[in-house]
Amino acid sequence: MTAALFFEQLLNGLQFGVTLFLMAAGLTLVFGVMGLINLAHGSLYMVGAFACAAVAAATGSFWLGLVASIVAAAFAGALIEMTVIRRLYNRDHLDQVLATFALILIFSEGCRFIFGSFPLFLDVPAILAGPITLPGGLPYPIYRLSIIVVGGLVALGLYLLIAKTRLGIRIRAGEADREMIAALGVDIRTLYTIVFALGAGLAGFAGALVGALQSVQVGMGEPVLILAFVVIVIGGIGSIKGALIASILVGIVDTLGRVSLPSLFGLFMDPSAANSIGSSLSSMLIYVLMAVVLIFKPEGLVSQNG
Amino acid sequence: MASLSRETLLNIFLTIGMLALPFVATAIDEPFYITLATRVAILGLAGVGLNLALGTGGLVSFGHAAFFGLGGYAAGILASHALNYTPIMESPFLIEGTNQMLIIWLVAIIVSGIGAYLIGLLSLRTSGVYFIMITLAFAQMIYYFAISWPAYGGEDGLSIYVRNAFPGVNTLDPQGFYFICFALLMAGIWLSATLKNSRFGAALQSARQNEERLSAVGVKPFNIKLTAFVISGMMTGLAGALFADLNRFVSPSMLSWHMSGEIMILVILGGVGRLYGPLAGAIIYIIFEFIFGGMTEHWQFFLGLVLLGVVLFARGGVIGLIAGRARHD
Repeated sequence: MTAALFFEQLLNGLQFGVTLFLMAAGLTLVFGVMGLINLAHGSLYMVGAFACAAVAAATGSFWLGLVASIVAAAFAGALIEMTVIRRLYNRDHLDQVLATFALILIFSEGCRFIFGSFPLFLDVPAILAGPITLPGGLPYPIYRLSIIVVGGLVALGLYLLIAKTRLGIRIRAGEADREMIAALGVDIRTLYTIVFALGAGLAGFAGALVGALQSVQVGMGEPVLILAFVVIVIGGIGSIKGALIASILVGIVDTLGRVSLPSLFGLFMDPSAANSIGSSLSSMLIYVLMAVVLIFKPEGLVSQNG
Repeated sequence: MASLSRETLLNIFLTIGMLALPFVATAIDEPFYITLATRVAILGLAGVGLNLALGTGGLVSFGHAAFFGLGGYAAGILASHALNYTPIMESPFLIEGTNQMLIIWLVAIIVSGIGAYLIGLLSLRTSGVYFIMITLAFAQMIYYFAISWPAYGGEDGLSIYVRNAFPGVNTLDPQGFYFICFALLMAGIWLSATLKNSRFGAALQSARQNEERLSAVGVKPFNIKLTAFVISGMMTGLAGALFADLNRFVSPSMLSWHMSGEIMILVILGGVGRLYGPLAGAIIYIIFEFIFGGMTEHWQFFLGLVLLGVVLFARGGVIGLIAGRARHD
């Protein structure tokens, strides 16, 4: 593998990691503040992608689509929080899993009913299409590079929101002791709805960003959801910092593994066997990573209690 | 006591109903109902397996499709090698394919047991949400492995051209195969009942209720939970082998997390921790699928609504509705 290819794949891994972070941040925030495991987070990602594709197709503007993805997912998030999720905060995890699994079925079939089973396609806006030459002479797609930049900005924005603003103080207080902040006169119900809608908006935004790279279809959120679970297990549940570190780690390990394992096995096997073994093993790599983290740090890389 | 006997009555009714069903189906000339009933028995058995971990042990495994699929692939791989007369491996010792169900079941149980042991060893170090996510993630790992491993069909799956054989029973006859599945379901229920009432079952239930107390009396909760998880995975794996034989087809979809969700749904619909809960749940699930699936391709939308209703408003499942609350809840 040449240095240029390695660097390109590293950037791809970073881009993948950044989109995973947008998903994982919402999941881990919702878990940290409300103690809720939300399987329907992947559905919100899908809602965002479909909203973006539909609005972009109707208006011809990707940017309006992007705004629509955040608005639609945040709205859908607030809606399910107020109708269903709210009733689950005091239930055990089994009930939360089942109810949010039911929401997945409802969202997926609802989406299939409205948009049909065929994938929609979302074009990258003209200004971001094509490659850019990086310092060192390496050409790289502008769109992917912008995802990395935007993801970095979102991470920074989340940090500022949680560390510096009044809402952030309330969110942190809600994580620490929900009875106490309710007793201090903070409207905890509204706070929960806002946190849930914030996480949903991020998921929808991620869906729209990835939708332009891949296709927009029913069920697109589920593989990403499970990867986001892996991310927050590795990072430590409830920790945004852990989610950021772990999502970039997972993104890079997965991308580099897929590229390098087949050629690594090719060194001592015939090419077709190396290809099949390499690709099957590389699809397991991040789960192995998760298992290793679990063995040595069962609480995740960034422990909430530590 | 009255509520308990009502549950027992319901169990007896379900057993007699399942026994009579193939004869009724033949009498009214609807042989397809036997296939539906076979699906009920097999999914019920998978649910009985999950129920041991979930209901008795409180281990919310969202990765039981892994064991279901491992059992299925064990059946599919053995049968395909037997069909092609090619050994599975020659060195260091010879392993050949087979089409004998008894051997296939044994292999399926062993393979899914090993899988459950390895997954349990790692995931039982954690609890709560971590446990749910990790079982889900490891099941997904096996799913992706099955998709990207080309030797046994990869994404396309693997066909079993002739249903495997059982001594003395014509398995190609739907009734014969149904009674095999039904007998195994009953054996699974019997095993669950025996385990639940044994010293092991008492330890498992206290591991669910209060781990500290269990440790205080000198029993390691981890070992108890791991044992329960392995037995649970084995039962679900056996169901997977039967499912492969029923469809004469194995594919990665048996390993997908929708399958885990499906098995969990039918345990919940029937009633968590109830002996006959998975069977009752499977009956409802299959009838629901049959009726609504025939009316609209979007039947899962309605399944979602029903599931949501059951979780939010009817937590004891159907058996809870009919027979009242369980004694020890």
